[in-house]
Amino acid sequence: MSFLRDSYCRGFPGVRMEKYKFFHHTADAKFQAFGQTLEETFAHAALAVASLMWDWEKIAKNIEISVAVEGKDLEQLLVIFLEEILYLFDTRNFLLGSADNVSLEQNDGDWSLHALFRGDVCAGEYEIFGGVKAITYNEIVISDRAPFLVQVVADI
Amino acid sequence: MELKRIDANTWEIPKHAGMNVPAVIYASEKLLAGVKGDKTLQQAKNVACLRGIQRKAYVMPDAHQGYGFPIGGVAAFDLEEGIISPGGVGYDINCGVRLLKTDYTEQDILEKRKVLLAEIFKEVPAGVGKGGTTRLSRRALEEVCAKGAEWAVTNGYGMKDDLQKTEENGKMKEADPSFLSQRALERGLPQLGTLGAGNHFIEIQKVSEIFDFDVAKVFGINSVDQIMVMIHCGSRGLGHQVASDYIRLMENKLGIRGLPDRELINAPIRSDLGNRYYKSMSAAVNFAFANRQMIAHWVRQVFQKVMGSSEGMDQVYDVCHNVAKFEQHTIEGRIKNVCIHRKGATRSFGPGRREIPEIYRAVGQPVLIPGSMGTASYILVGTDKAEELSFGSTAHGAGRLMSRHEARRRFRGEKIKEELEQKGIELRSTSWRGIAEEAPHAYKDVDEVVRISHEAGIGQLVAKVVPVGVMKG
Repeated sequence: MSFLRDSYCRGFPGVRMEKYKFFHHTADAKFQAFGQTLEETFAHAALAVASLMWDWEKIAKNIEISVAVEGKDLEQLLVIFLEEILYLFDTRNFLLGSADNVSLEQNDGDWSLHALFRGDVCAGEYEIFGGVKAITYNEIVISDRAPFLVQVVADI
Repeated sequence: MELKRIDANTWEIPKHAGMNVPAVIYASEKLLAGVKGDKTLQQAKNVACLRGIQRKAYVMPDAHQGYGFPIGGVAAFDLEEGIISPGGVGYDINCGVRLLKTDYTEQDILEKRKVLLAEIFKEVPAGVGKGGTTRLSRRALEEVCAKGAEWAVTNGYGMKDDLQKTEENGKMKEADPSFLSQRALERGLPQLGTLGAGNHFIEIQKVSEIFDFDVAKVFGINSVDQIMVMIHCGSRGLGHQVASDYIRLMENKLGIRGLPDRELINAPIRSDLGNRYYKSMSAAVNFAFANRQMIAHWVRQVFQKVMGSSEGMDQVYDVCHNVAKFEQHTIEGRIKNVCIHRKGATRSFGPGRREIPEIYRAVGQPVLIPGSMGTASYILVGTDKAEELSFGSTAHGAGRLMSRHEARRRFRGEKIKEELEQKGIELRSTSWRGIAEEAPHAYKDVDEVVRISHEAGIGQLVAKVVPVGVMKG
């Protein structure tokens, strides 16, 4: 089981760039997500959260769910966005396979985010190996200019 | 940071730089070394800076870094000046432990333990990604949140006697489900009567050692090899959502300026938002009590079916690990009402407290401390001294030592199951990877944690139990 998930950067063929990376944290799950844009970085953070509960690469993309969330600042927006994964899992048994078309907008200081979640409903063939209780502000970091990065600790 | 040694197992961060009170840590040198490796001490210091904090901020022997408050943190606040903080309770509101005794010995169940475990696995839904088997209306769920374990008993899950042997009699009276968000209720609906994932478990255990025979007898623990059942779970998504909701409401209303840590967001106890959080948190506490009540009922049914009888399967006790509540404590010689936060800590009231059931009042309350998967757990008894030393609180478990990713990298679920089987421990889980993440080696030594609790006097050893069968969610 590798610690890193690799992907090829668009625009930089042949340059390997990881989507996210987990760090040592005594009790919980701490990760950093990366991307070419802040939007892509948020999308990769969503995959990192999913990876704590199921293997998102194995999830069929049979269902699409439109997500729209708001936050007073970027940190709050990110936390609320990632908690959407937990909410959809608990209430609709939805397993996230990808977070696409992420768009961010700032209006009068408040932030809003739109995204398209693709995935499947939990059924026997998928292994759920963990639970995430919440997304926290603990050690949260957002770098909103290149190199884009978010750091999050999830309570598990 | 200056750390003063008070005695063998007590350390103090003296009051300085914005702290309203000192912080006290109960730990051996070995446990303290672990605590120094993360942000526990800084977090304890941050808690000591909060408005209206009384006497001292306390850190239990199993402490580790949390969010805002450390896990294993205890703090009490003045009702007029003080605050209430969702970060001081944690996301898994009323994560807790219930212990049932049986009249069976290891010998009695030896041949049937595989079947027992398989049946428990069948009857108690892990409920991860699939929900539980209990389908409720929204109105019924609100009733669960208002009445807690009492709702479960009224609806045929368990016995009246269970209620008096549950902290708060299984019901926080101040709960008001009308303050719960739509999302919290939605998450709660499919999850009532489910165990959940992570470190939650049901264990069939045997008593392996009795340290205090007199107290053990009062708790219904009579001999080595007696079979017990321990249930460890919490308020599931409903409780998680309550914490997230109120953190957000508080930051939006009160702002985050000046907070050393965003997760320390809080509201005055005497404010509308503080009041609403307390009543919502109480509703989540009740959900968790009802949850454990239902699971205990199903476990008894399995024993009835497999062993032919569930007689004598009385509840020893049920304790909360993550909670805020109003209690009376003696502060500077005066009895005072305070709002106590226990985050990853167990109440440990000594003899005489009116909050503990009459049958235990002469000896003190049972304190249940679960170990990690496949290792020992302990039954302690609350002490008078704990009220002076930690507002009547002690440790709540082993505490993780290693991240889940690290555990998954180092261990394999199949191998762990095999190792446990060699030790005579049956294991059932929905996931091999989940087992690897909960590997016993990923946790601190629970033996050391309870030894320090005992030596410091905040919870005295009564009995040790070891698993015979484990169901992991």
